[in-house]
Amino acid sequence: MTDLTRRQLLKAGAGSAGLAMIPFANPLGFDLRAAKKIQQEFRLAGAKEVHSVCPYCAVGCGLIAYTKQDASGKTRLLQIEGDPDSPINEGRLCPKGATAMQLATSSRRVEKPLYRAPGSTKWEEKDWDFMLGKIAQNFKDSRDRTFVAQDANGNVVNRTEGIAFAGGAAFSSEEGYLATKLMRTFGIVHIEQQARV
Amino acid sequence: MTNHWRDIKNADVILINGANPAEAHPVGFQWFVKAKLDPTKGPGNGGGAKIIHADPRYTRTSAVADTYLRIRTGTDVAYFGGLINYVLQNRLYHDEYVKNYTNASFIVKQGFDFTDGLFSGYDKATRSYNISTWAYETEGDALAGPAGTTQPRAKRDMTLQDPRSVFQLMKKHYSRYTPEVVSSITGIPILQFLDVARIVGEMGKPDKVMTIVYAVGLTHHTTGAQLIRSGALLQLLLGNMGRPGGGMNAERGHANIQGNTDHAISWDILPGYLRIPAPGQKTLDDYVAASAPKKSDPNSWNFFGTNYRSFMVSLLKAWYRGAATKDNEFAFHFIPKPAVNSSWMSIYDQALKGKMEGVILNGMTATSIGPDSNQVLQALSNLKWLVIMDPLPTTSSEFWRAPGMDAAKIQTEVFMLPTTHWIEKDGSFTNSGRWTQWKEQVIPPAGEARHDHWIFMELFDRIKTLYRQSGGKFPDPILAMTVDFDDPKKPTMDEIAREINGKDLSTGKQMASFGLLKADGTTTAGDWIYTGSYPDAGNLMKRRAGVQDPAKNDPTGMGFYPGWAWSWPLNRRVLYNRASADLEGKPWDPKRPGIQWDGTTWVGDVPDYPPTMNPKDPAAWLPFIMNGEGTGRLFSSSLNDGPLPEHYEPIEAPVLNPLHPGQSESPTAFLYDQAAGRPNRFGKVDQYPYVATSYRLTEHEHYVTQHVPLLVGLQPQAFVEVPEELASEKGIKNGDRVRVSSARGKLEVAALVTKRLGPQTIAGKTVYTIGIPIHWGFVGISAERYPELSKNWLANALTPFVGDSNARTPEFKAFLVNIEKIS
Repeated sequence: MTDLTRRQLLKAGAGSAGLAMIPFANPLGFDLRAAKKIQQEFRLAGAKEVHSVCPYCAVGCGLIAYTKQDASGKTRLLQIEGDPDSPINEGRLCPKGATAMQLATSSRRVEKPLYRAPGSTKWEEKDWDFMLGKIAQNFKDSRDRTFVAQDANGNVVNRTEGIAFAGGAAFSSEEGYLATKLMRTFGIVHIEQQARV
Repeated sequence: MTNHWRDIKNADVILINGANPAEAHPVGFQWFVKAKLDPTKGPGNGGGAKIIHADPRYTRTSAVADTYLRIRTGTDVAYFGGLINYVLQNRLYHDEYVKNYTNASFIVKQGFDFTDGLFSGYDKATRSYNISTWAYETEGDALAGPAGTTQPRAKRDMTLQDPRSVFQLMKKHYSRYTPEVVSSITGIPILQFLDVARIVGEMGKPDKVMTIVYAVGLTHHTTGAQLIRSGALLQLLLGNMGRPGGGMNAERGHANIQGNTDHAISWDILPGYLRIPAPGQKTLDDYVAASAPKKSDPNSWNFFGTNYRSFMVSLLKAWYRGAATKDNEFAFHFIPKPAVNSSWMSIYDQALKGKMEGVILNGMTATSIGPDSNQVLQALSNLKWLVIMDPLPTTSSEFWRAPGMDAAKIQTEVFMLPTTHWIEKDGSFTNSGRWTQWKEQVIPPAGEARHDHWIFMELFDRIKTLYRQSGGKFPDPILAMTVDFDDPKKPTMDEIAREINGKDLSTGKQMASFGLLKADGTTTAGDWIYTGSYPDAGNLMKRRAGVQDPAKNDPTGMGFYPGWAWSWPLNRRVLYNRASADLEGKPWDPKRPGIQWDGTTWVGDVPDYPPTMNPKDPAAWLPFIMNGEGTGRLFSSSLNDGPLPEHYEPIEAPVLNPLHPGQSESPTAFLYDQAAGRPNRFGKVDQYPYVATSYRLTEHEHYVTQHVPLLVGLQPQAFVEVPEELASEKGIKNGDRVRVSSARGKLEVAALVTKRLGPQTIAGKTVYTIGIPIHWGFVGISAERYPELSKNWLANALTPFVGDSNARTPEFKAFLVNIEKIS
């Protein structure tokens, strides 16, 4: 019994049966570690197990996230831990991966679009429609001003010289692919990401 | 990585250069430790491996290593060159492999030369080479090349005795890299170097295998590409490429940097490493002829070159479906053709020149990443508009109120778009070992945050509408772009993943392999190297057959786990694996097979070779199917700065190059300021006497973790590491505040006085190195808590605005500084 990990217990399903046995395995209840473990079991009992991957370096450690729906129906993240089935990390995580929960539920998130007008000394909250409308117009104006259809030698080059796109070492591959497809379609030549730096 | 994380346990020797996996990739490092300590395995079978760590700083990786070599930053070509020389002089190379699987036997043209630090063909005015003499001698009948071209057959001497054979040229080139020279450049004591050379020299035996592991400690130099190539040359000589436990393994630093390099968020490529077209290419034929590898041996399959057109046409069909037809060269002219290098530093260089109007920074911050943060801040101030897409504030979203900036004078219009985190959306991440793992959405988006890909499509839709309503410059590609999603503004990751894989337009079925892609416009593939990841059977990136059942899920016992996620290409776990077996198809080491010929088919890993090609057939292809030669390249004309790696000093160096003081630094390194007509800002050793190098700590990842309280608690404040001897000379005590300055900027932080760094004797002179963690700036929990202290915390305020001539990577890892105590 003591060799079983909590996850094996949960997996075995018996969430409830397995958990119920632990107090009997340690009837005096003096072992703090066991008590903590039990506390955690109750917190995660009935939680949904969702698979993710660590957002930090490129080892690609598998994560298991535990979620539950609260009374209002909103999904709450309870815990993140290493995925023991992964041939890459076999359940292990480093200090960054082990604190991924704090990144996931950060209170420091920017929650609304922010706009700084030229020369302004402060952010203003704006709605998405304002932001996307203005960016679309800026993008088109810059593209039209700096687009080169033919170079000095008469070669067709169809490139936008005055807009750059950079980024995307932390978003999904599908998003990255879409970024490339769109930016090349707009004629962007300055397209770069973290790989260079 | 040519191999993958778990495979490192298969090595006998692990050479680590320019990397600190124990601290920067701690969980990946378990496989290094397993190779060394696994008590269930004997040497050569996953236990008893030797770890050799060469690094300027003694780290936790060094602590686990069998040998630690204190190497001066940026001198790894000298180190690898010395090992290459040792292996060649003592005939320790894998003879059969070198003869048959490398281009050692190819004859180089008369006229090729190397004197006084320069290869033949150098033009000082343009700081570049005419590479016409870096080519093979040819003979006999021409071979069919791509796009109807022909290519002469390369002349070979299988005895390797011809003085102009690659083998003899290489032997001559590296004969200068004696242990004494290596020591005087790198600072590694001669006897210690020889001890390592003896261990490495053993790895040329067919039943031994060594892996080389590196990270940005090799790439971040003006000689970055050649630093890595010098390791690859050693691996080819020892016959270690293509083998489990071998290879050249780059440890990449961000969760999906590999996936988004594959998908070409990079100025010079299109998805799947197809080259970006160049001006003057009028047709697809012109493009393919200029871009695709050319066959130079009758037994070379030249798989990439042969299929280049199919891959490109399938990409164009994925992007512009009905508008890409045979009559318009499949919309080839919808793809922009850059005039000049348009890489990272060029973006800010163009902004400084006033030619860049708008920049979108998506999940990365230019200010911190640099180089030359102060110059980048100026560049951002020159823009008309800047869009930041990020879940958290960055030093770029806040650049206009950075310490020392006058917001009222900055006319840049700044948009901060809050995006979702990795855990608020699904999609795939490709790790350093090319394993593409699907992740699920765990929680809903916070606040008003939106998915990046939905923002892209919403913007696309709005811009397209503007062009439709009011016209503008060349709207054709925008109006024609394929949007094959149920909701054009809210595509699912699943829909995009299917597009990346590609389909057969005549049947509507998903493509199963890139080998089936066609050049006639009847197939699509958004990124051909991912074709096969999402066949009709479903999304293979979701697979989870892992270590819960090793007997079933790792049938070869080599750690491939073919049913866990999916790796490109075609779920192959070790690249170039045909080279893991001998000419007859038997594994070089039967205990560690990659693939082997069982008489009718290749078994083991997914073969990097036709699955039923009999190796004994005289027409059988050579092993390196992606190269025109069919072999690994010891000598290559594909880099700008030389066909053989040569040691050059960093642009800012403490000594002149002992090999050729008249040509001390790279003759082709790109000096952005000079090229733009701005003055170079390089420090000399009299004013800036100390070498500096930058790196990561375990507890932080670049800058995003400045928002994670537990990690900030573990590593709260910016600091530099100062060797004890230097600290004592300068009167600096542990914890003192110090000013570190370069010709470009300054850092004011705490000093951590340490034994981890120490003096080295370089070309007879004492040289000190100062270590600089990169993680701090003026944004984040610490910066808010210490607003006065954090004014000069940007490590990249110090770094030079110069690039490698091939990749244009900045020289973050070697530059000159001064240090003084702040009283």
